[in-house]
Amino acid sequence: MRTGLHAVLAAVVLGIGGSALAQGSTMDEITKYREMLADGNPAELLEMKGEELWKKPRGPKNVSLEQCDMGLGPGKLDGAYAQLPRYFADTKKVMDAESRLVHCMVTQQGFSEAEATRNWFSKPGRNSDIESLITYIGGKSNGAKIDVPARHPEEARMAKVGEYIFYRRSGPQDFSCAICHGQEGKRIRLQDLGNLTTRAGAGTAMGNWPSYRVSQGTVWTMQRRLIDCMRQARWPEPNYLADSIIALEVFLQKTASGTVMQTPGIKR
Amino acid sequence: MADPMKIRASAKEGITEVKVLMSHEMETGQRKDSSGNLVPAHFITEVSAEHNGKQVLAAQFGTAISKNPYLAFKFKGGAKGDKLAVSWVDSKGDKRTDEVLIG
Repeated sequence: MRTGLHAVLAAVVLGIGGSALAQGSTMDEITKYREMLADGNPAELLEMKGEELWKKPRGPKNVSLEQCDMGLGPGKLDGAYAQLPRYFADTKKVMDAESRLVHCMVTQQGFSEAEATRNWFSKPGRNSDIESLITYIGGKSNGAKIDVPARHPEEARMAKVGEYIFYRRSGPQDFSCAICHGQEGKRIRLQDLGNLTTRAGAGTAMGNWPSYRVSQGTVWTMQRRLIDCMRQARWPEPNYLADSIIALEVFLQKTASGTVMQTPGIKR
Repeated sequence: MADPMKIRASAKEGITEVKVLMSHEMETGQRKDSSGNLVPAHFITEVSAEHNGKQVLAAQFGTAISKNPYLAFKFKGGAKGDKLAVSWVDSKGDKRTDEVLIG
């Protein structure tokens, strides 16, 4: 009986040791896989397409987006994405890259909001202009430092709302963002879960998007990433460009401020 | 018409390294859409690369290759300023050729 118990204990101890070892080498292999993928990131195809869409006269007014103000002045894109969301005096709203882009498509090119956002993400056989444009705009901040201090009262308010949403447990599973993303060293299946409450963790999460998802065969924007997080947490899915998503972005970008963007990224 | 490829080609010590990203759905014909119908196969069948008009690579592609394929290869020869063209043909007969100067 005693020997039997010892044998079980020994097996348990060995078992733990074995899985820790396997976990380390699995992560190494995943890192290698990511490096191989990064060499030919298909997001570059969307970047090319996005640049063309940015410069081409389109919409009922037949103008390009080159006069669109993403926060640094009309047409100034270098580093603009890294400083979004921010408060815009012309709309009196805190806007992220995607809501600002849609604003330009509506006010400058004359699209209706419904037309501009109809294909906000792609499916096989259905292209999304927004995906390409955001990949291009995001890429213009590659190497730039994330800088969202949220000093304007409206930005500060959105950061607070975002923080509240991040920690708020709700939905049928009583889930919050913080349950998966509030601690170090957590995994879901084989994926590392970032700790978004730290600067480094939030930096890795925010600085890599827009990112090509190999499993989806397309680039995901930050809106799509966060809306899908809500779905995975079994929460009601917010509408595209919802204030709740922008608030979360402000909170996360504020936490990530000072880290360097590496975009377009590539993920499994 | 199909979207352009992204081609990078650089010559170093008599060897040219080429990296090509192709924009293509690469449907296998096995996938079902949301209403359960098979999505018809549509994939690149042939890829060819020409250096100053002379073929340096011919490849047959199939359904095991991912969406938006990435192809990297090296060939002997090639110098800065030479022309490098890559073409593909797909299962519906669509074609695309893009050309770059070797850097």
